[in-house]
Amino acid sequence: MIPLLFDMPTTIALTLLVPFAGTLAVLLLGRWPNLREAATLATASALTVLVYSLLGPVLEGARPELTLWEVVPGVPLAFSVEPLGMIFAMIASLLWIVTTVYAIGYMRGNDEHAQTRFYACFAVAILSAMGIAFAGNLLTLFLFYELMTISTFPLVTHKGTEEAKRSGRVYLGILMGTSIGLQLVAIIGCWILAGSLDFVPGGLLAGKAEGWPVLILFVLFVFGIGKAAVMPFHRWLPAAMVAPTPVSALLHAVAVVKAGVFTVVKVVVYVFGLDLLNATSGTEWIAVAAGFTILSASLVALQQDNLKRRLAYSTISQLSYVVLAAAILAPLSVMGAALHIMAHAFGKITLFFAAGSIYTAAHKTRVSELHGIGWKMPWTMGAFAIGSLSMIGVPPTAGFVSKWFMLSGAYEAQAWAAIAVIFASTVLNAAYFLPIVYHAFARPQPAGGHGYSGTHGLDAADRAHGAEEGDGHHADHGEAPWPIVLALTFTAGGSVVLFLFPDAFLTLAEQLVGGRP
Amino acid sequence: MSLIQNLPALQVVLPLFAAPLCLFLRHPRLAWLFALAVGGAVFAIAVSLTMTVGEVGAFSYEMGGWAAPWGIEYVIDPLDTLILCLVSGIGLLVLLYAGPSVEAEIPRGLIPQFYVLYLLCLTGLLGMVATGDVFNLFVFLEISSLSTYALVALGRDPRAQTAAYRYLILGSLGATFYVIGIGLLYMMTGTLNMEDLARLIPEVADTRTVSVAIAFLAVGLSLKLALFPLHKWLPAAYTYAPSVVTAFVAATATKVAVYVMVRIFFTVLGPIDAFQTLPAAVHETQVVSFLAILAMLSGSAVAIFQPNLKRLFAYSSVAQIGYMMLGISMVSVTGMTAGLVHMVNHAMIKGTIFMALGALILRLGWPRLERLDGVGYRMPVTFAAFVIGALSLIGVPGTSGFISKLYLVKAALEDQHWIMAAAVVLSSFLAIIYVWKILEVAYMRSPPADAAPVREAPLIMLAPLWILALANLYFGLDTTYTIGLSESAAEFILNYTPGEGPGFEHPLLTGHGAAESGGTH
Amino acid sequence: MIETILGLYNYWIVIVLMMAGFYTVIARGNLAKKIIGLNIFQTSVFLLYITMGYVRGGTAPIVDPSGEATLYTNPLPSVLILTAIVVGIATTALGLALAVRIRESHGTLEEDEILAIEDRMDGEH
Repeated sequence: MIPLLFDMPTTIALTLLVPFAGTLAVLLLGRWPNLREAATLATASALTVLVYSLLGPVLEGARPELTLWEVVPGVPLAFSVEPLGMIFAMIASLLWIVTTVYAIGYMRGNDEHAQTRFYACFAVAILSAMGIAFAGNLLTLFLFYELMTISTFPLVTHKGTEEAKRSGRVYLGILMGTSIGLQLVAIIGCWILAGSLDFVPGGLLAGKAEGWPVLILFVLFVFGIGKAAVMPFHRWLPAAMVAPTPVSALLHAVAVVKAGVFTVVKVVVYVFGLDLLNATSGTEWIAVAAGFTILSASLVALQQDNLKRRLAYSTISQLSYVVLAAAILAPLSVMGAALHIMAHAFGKITLFFAAGSIYTAAHKTRVSELHGIGWKMPWTMGAFAIGSLSMIGVPPTAGFVSKWFMLSGAYEAQAWAAIAVIFASTVLNAAYFLPIVYHAFARPQPAGGHGYSGTHGLDAADRAHGAEEGDGHHADHGEAPWPIVLALTFTAGGSVVLFLFPDAFLTLAEQLVGGRP
Repeated sequence: MSLIQNLPALQVVLPLFAAPLCLFLRHPRLAWLFALAVGGAVFAIAVSLTMTVGEVGAFSYEMGGWAAPWGIEYVIDPLDTLILCLVSGIGLLVLLYAGPSVEAEIPRGLIPQFYVLYLLCLTGLLGMVATGDVFNLFVFLEISSLSTYALVALGRDPRAQTAAYRYLILGSLGATFYVIGIGLLYMMTGTLNMEDLARLIPEVADTRTVSVAIAFLAVGLSLKLALFPLHKWLPAAYTYAPSVVTAFVAATATKVAVYVMVRIFFTVLGPIDAFQTLPAAVHETQVVSFLAILAMLSGSAVAIFQPNLKRLFAYSSVAQIGYMMLGISMVSVTGMTAGLVHMVNHAMIKGTIFMALGALILRLGWPRLERLDGVGYRMPVTFAAFVIGALSLIGVPGTSGFISKLYLVKAALEDQHWIMAAAVVLSSFLAIIYVWKILEVAYMRSPPADAAPVREAPLIMLAPLWILALANLYFGLDTTYTIGLSESAAEFILNYTPGEGPGFEHPLLTGHGAAESGGTH
Repeated sequence: MIETILGLYNYWIVIVLMMAGFYTVIARGNLAKKIIGLNIFQTSVFLLYITMGYVRGGTAPIVDPSGEATLYTNPLPSVLILTAIVVGIATTALGLALAVRIRESHGTLEEDEILAIEDRMDGEH
């Protein structure tokens, strides 16, 4: 455990200032790629150290706060650290380091243009993720939420092609449209009803509103948080897949989408409170919408041949797990929701890393092209297998832990339909992930290439040899560059480690719902 | 009398007397520096007035030593100081910016005249705010309007003349309507002093003459502030005027007109609830709300299809005036706050945007959308300021535009005006579309291969541009001044009761002259 | 009834002038005629002000040295209208100057022809 380096309010301020300084450094050092990337890495590491230094006090029950000035009368720009935000910040900052390592390999391997803009926007996106995680009231949260949308837009449209432009429009249109059209209205509604926008344990609105206004606000929030991708506002996520893979991996599997479901859980717990929502009739329709999203997104994922699109639809379905778990409104399921933010982050980023690794080494993007690739890229596909297992929720992966809590919560709340949905989607998850893994290892590769034998493939020395050989002619490729492999191995390992040692996250999730239920 | 006490007069008289002096400075650079010095002094006066009002509260000044209500009285209250600072501050920034832009866009021989007109326009706008006399207000209204017509006509395009001509016709009609309105009020009350009018008006509230006066005032002022559907003069005038003029007029002139509307309807006619009794359009919804919503939606929708950026943002201004009037038309403290704060914020937003466009015109020529391919890379510093202004226009959190929208939606929801809230949101979507269309062209297309390298705008233009752009961010994050002042002004306006005033007998109501001069009875 | 109609004859003149002027501004396509209409419109307002200041049997408000109480007309509206006339002249001058410039650049003063020319310019730009 990392000791606290500064006093807690300063640490909170630094978690925002460090990425900001990182952005400036990247922009200034744009001309020297090595220095620029060193700056990104240093920023990411410093940020992670700062965030993890808060873990100890928070586990012991501290709730550090930092209130700056009042933006509008009665609503300050305020930050406070609570368990859920801690989970989100820990994941986002740690995975930023990993993704930076990966991105260095990927962006150089693919010789991408405008890399300085890429790293700068990335840093701003992380800054906004920190802002969202530690936001102390709805206004602060909204501020960073929109900053995230805007800062990720140049990343989504990075390629600058017609397709990228079209996707950019969908991305921005849905995210900004829902946030201004629905979420902002909901925030203002809360402001009028409660007279304040602070996050209050037990619910800001508890005792201040009841009946249909609560239901309307709840609906506005869940659909207005477009980043949670509940259908019908999910189309931005597949559209965002035109971005370079590191973006898809960190932002569209971790930071952005988790910001969405994080906000949903945060709103459920700190704005409404479980009791208020339980007492309001009609909230079960949110669970229905989430359940529908889980199943239909899984069905769509089954039919996608483009690997990244398949992953995107899988993400939509997995995000709705979190929404569903939150909407079941049982303490255990809310714990499951919080844990799933963590579990899915590690699992999905691994899968995206693997997809990017395949693209970099073999320039393949389709599922049907991956036959036999497992023996050429054993580390990549091994990690992919672990990621898949975590998505399905099979031990020994973190996905199992979160699913376990969700199911226990659903059982406790006697939400049989929810349990059925979770089981059905587990089957679907298996149906669209396992064949990839199976074909990659069991099928012969298409004629034209020559494979490595199993023993070769698992041998590190040979892998390095393969990577060298793979440079230049992709028909005869091996593993991707080493930073990529290193990154995906780390995250795959993380999935397993978090299954074995989930204690810190479990404690935080317990604190979120006010002690072990 | 000390200097402080004379400040209200100096505020107006200084630019008025300084204006003709520009004519004697034949050299353009000299005229510019002189106008700049005057602008700086005017702004300094506005700031010291604000501080004085902060210390001693609202105070009045009697022009030429004639006591009100016989003489013309200047009254400075907190709302006035807000608008005075806004107008003189933006006036100064635009003047600073004007140097290179004017030299590029206006024939050299006309430049001293340009500064004459500019200072006169500034005089008129400041006078409208400072005065406490409704007829004096008309005079300043015409000073600012006439100089604006001439300024618009200085545009290089031949269409600038027709635009100025149309503006002149409609503007004069509006001003004449206003004169008719106050004439009728004078007929009934025998006074032109605002506070006096407010005190005397309740006695005659139910007469038809007063109703007719209200109607004339409403139409006349709506023409001046370009409320839909009386906005026809605005798009062409903004499009073809020189960039400096567009920036100044868009940021200040309509705002002052909105201020006058508020002043006349909520303080002068406030005691008889003139605004609330305007003929209703649909049930309880006032006709102004209805028109404001139409302005917001139609203005934004038409803006989407404009290839000329100046015209695009001119239509956006029509929509934004709708926002202001919508807030005001709710007649609640929150709504009025929203309207007033948007007045200030929108001045900053449009100032930024039109200044940035002026810088693009300076370097690239006519701002057609298809000419702006990759301009975000060609002039990054200039265009970044434009982006800030544009995001603020959409209402992205962290910008001043967001604060306006926040309060506007809040006001609508508080009073359960669902349609108004929906209209604000919908119009914001449309704003996203037209703004993003531009940003896409600027950043996602590469500059044409044969494009000559362009430099950034000169520093003297960039500095005021960036000051305004950063003001957009600052007032989006700290609203102590904007919301604080607007809120107290809103409460003051909505609960306005004419002060006790000196216990005089009115000269025109006590004598037998007044009995007959009324004419209609 | 008759008295209402005849006794307030200046007001009827005001209304007729106002409407005639207003109609000319709105309906006429010739830019010079529009200015004339605007003038008529403004003149009606001058008349309105002067009428309301007039006191039947009153004289000009000049203090009589003999000290006799005299009935004066209200001078203020006349003073105001002096200002308004100045404004009106300025407006007319500016309007006509603009009309001359438009005539020079467009070759016509007819609004429909000007619009047609400008539509073509919009197409080119």
